[in-house]
Amino acid sequence: MKVTTDKINSNLIKEVEEVSGQKVSACFQCAKCTGGCPVVWAMDVYPHQILRYAQLGLADELLNSKTLWICASCQTCDSRCPREVDIPKVIEALRLVLLRARGGNYLHPNNLPARVLENAPQQGLVSAFRKYAR
Amino acid sequence: MKRIGVFLCWCGSNIAATVDIEETMAAARKMPGVVYVDHNKYTCSEIGQAMIREAIAAHRLDRVVIGSCSPRMHENTFRKTVEAAGLNPFYLEIANIREQCSWVHKDKLTATEKAISLIRTAVAKAARSEPLFSTEMSIERRALVIGGGIAGIQAALDIADAGFEVDLVEKEPSIGGRMAQLDKTFPTLDCSACILTPKMVDVAQHGNINLITYSEVEKVEGFVGNFTVTIRNRARSVDMEKCTGCGDCYAKCPSKVDSEFEMGLAKRRAIYTPFPQAVPNKPAIDRANCRYFTSGKCKVCQKVCPAGAIDYEQQDQLVEKKYGAIVVATGFDTHKLDNYGEYAYGKHPDVITSLEFERLVNASGPTGGKILRPSNGQPPKNVAFIQCVGSRDKAKGNPYCAKICCMYTAKHAILLSEKVPGANAFVFYIDVRTPGKDYEEFYNRAYEECGATYIRGNVSKVFPDGDKLVVRSVDALSGALVELVVDMVVLATSVDARADARELAQKLSITTNAYNFFNEAHPKLRPVETQTAGVFLAGACQGPKDIPDTVAQASAAAVKVVSLLNKESLLSNPTVAEVDIKLCSGDMSCLAVCPYGAIAEKFIEERHGREIRKRRVAEVNTALCQGCGACTVACRPGAINLKGFTNEQILAEVDAICL
Repeated sequence: MKVTTDKINSNLIKEVEEVSGQKVSACFQCAKCTGGCPVVWAMDVYPHQILRYAQLGLADELLNSKTLWICASCQTCDSRCPREVDIPKVIEALRLVLLRARGGNYLHPNNLPARVLENAPQQGLVSAFRKYAR
Repeated sequence: MKRIGVFLCWCGSNIAATVDIEETMAAARKMPGVVYVDHNKYTCSEIGQAMIREAIAAHRLDRVVIGSCSPRMHENTFRKTVEAAGLNPFYLEIANIREQCSWVHKDKLTATEKAISLIRTAVAKAARSEPLFSTEMSIERRALVIGGGIAGIQAALDIADAGFEVDLVEKEPSIGGRMAQLDKTFPTLDCSACILTPKMVDVAQHGNINLITYSEVEKVEGFVGNFTVTIRNRARSVDMEKCTGCGDCYAKCPSKVDSEFEMGLAKRRAIYTPFPQAVPNKPAIDRANCRYFTSGKCKVCQKVCPAGAIDYEQQDQLVEKKYGAIVVATGFDTHKLDNYGEYAYGKHPDVITSLEFERLVNASGPTGGKILRPSNGQPPKNVAFIQCVGSRDKAKGNPYCAKICCMYTAKHAILLSEKVPGANAFVFYIDVRTPGKDYEEFYNRAYEECGATYIRGNVSKVFPDGDKLVVRSVDALSGALVELVVDMVVLATSVDARADARELAQKLSITTNAYNFFNEAHPKLRPVETQTAGVFLAGACQGPKDIPDTVAQASAAAVKVVSLLNKESLLSNPTVAEVDIKLCSGDMSCLAVCPYGAIAEKFIEERHGREIRKRRVAEVNTALCQGCGACTVACRPGAINLKGFTNEQILAEVDAICL
């Protein structure tokens, strides 16, 4: 893991801030988010580290982390953050950045099982297509 | 036999809960000389004091012992009480049975035993006390302020506004000090010179302020209210009366040297004013670099001066003047970076100090306010700021925090983003400390709005790579190694005491801490006084300080001066040392240990048979003596006594405890 001028000056932080609408640079690393996270035990990169990596432009470490897919968006962290950073939104933005970068189509209406179609809320479907389909 | 009254204070439950008052009273009744014993729930209350006054009258008491809190709390209160009852105030003795007994013990039995012992000690001392009298001393109603930076300027203006004459001594050709060098000030970003220069002009125009520039304090004698100070007016080689400040001389002077004001980033002439808004705006010749003074030829300035003000024959002049009070406001030096080879300062032109950066950003600075790389004159794209350079480093720098660097570095990052659009600031820090009104918000602005990246790690090495600089560190928050390629490195250099601070402290008989910052009399409750009465402190000479704190302290020092000069006269402290010349052997050990310069040698004439011989003895200047007692313990023949704490009294106290 290495920080360089190019990484810090890369577009990652700007992109994540744009997509999430959150000020990633506002985080001063108090780590209260990690202290209260109910699923932190399953994470390889802690929530406060996610923000730090984003600040330093450590794209590989961020996008390879399991944390992005473990965060349940329960918003415990965001309700306690002293710097008003909505961390689940930042993590969601990272998922989007990652998926967009990978490209590809992960979701097609024809492939959705009927059970999912019947039970999933409309909002969930909209969000899933935004994220996983092109 | 003395008639001693003993009064015990409960201090509510503070004393009474741990010390058995009844038992202590019973014991006190049996002590030699004690004729009356009483107690009170709060002796310092008006009722408690009235009880003492009445008992003195009713029982014809001639000594009073009070068992209560520390004498630091209420000795003065009770001295006034016994004085009101007609006794000499020094007939009072306090036994500290609170701080030194009830507060530090839990067991009532042993605490009571100790309280009795402390009362017995005080009774033994009181039985041997003598009446002491203060004498009145006149006051010279003029103040001296040493140092013409913002601290000295503020103190001088405040004292002068209160109606007292002030002499402001500055060693440079102009007042202004460090603040004049700064560009913007945190946390408001107002221009430093814009808020300072009006004050400098006020100083020049104030009827009560006598500005003495290019001068230094040579010698200080005397004591509070009556200091005699010798000031060295260095030869300016320019007649201040004739000079109009036109500037023709320095336009034509052929010798160029590094400008101290511009931190060596620009040249000045040998005849110079440090900066355009100088007060007084009249030049001085730096003789060490002047062609005429070094080679005997030149005199260009004299030829071009339309006022005929150049005077090569001027000599230093020693002026002696009297003052009632002195404010020391000599400021700070920036830390020398000789020990920090790893930062490549002095080896690469693009590694600069924070004060050099201030000059680079300043509109009147060497680049006209453009931030440009000293190496190639191009604006930098990436700039690393390294904090704590020489601070918090007990191995090779200052172990203390220089207090101002976090804030000025945040300011530098903000100014960089404003002056060089698209430039990136990387700030390497150990901790970011921003206690102060609007300070945290200012720091937040640096990284939130102005894009500075803060990296938690001290830089270990800076080295050149082509025309760039590589900065190596680690981000301790993420554990990631950091290697940045930057165009410029700014070192947040620590704050040192002035190199000559110790020397000045000796002249003033004040003390310094381990790092040569002047010591205040009490870190919390007497922050602008020194241990030497009449000498006050303002600004960074007392410890690293930013402008708001400096100005506040300067005004505080001014109030102390004004309240001193406002007095008709001063009452001397009567608990001073006294020499018994019959016993004095004249070996002057006392002189060696006296921290206040209060002891001098004196020769007396004695008759030995028919012969008259001269003999050396010690003499105490009672106005200088602070009653510390160092001389009494150093005196082997026991010829020096501290009044109010005589050897006899102290031995009686020891006997009372031990026998």
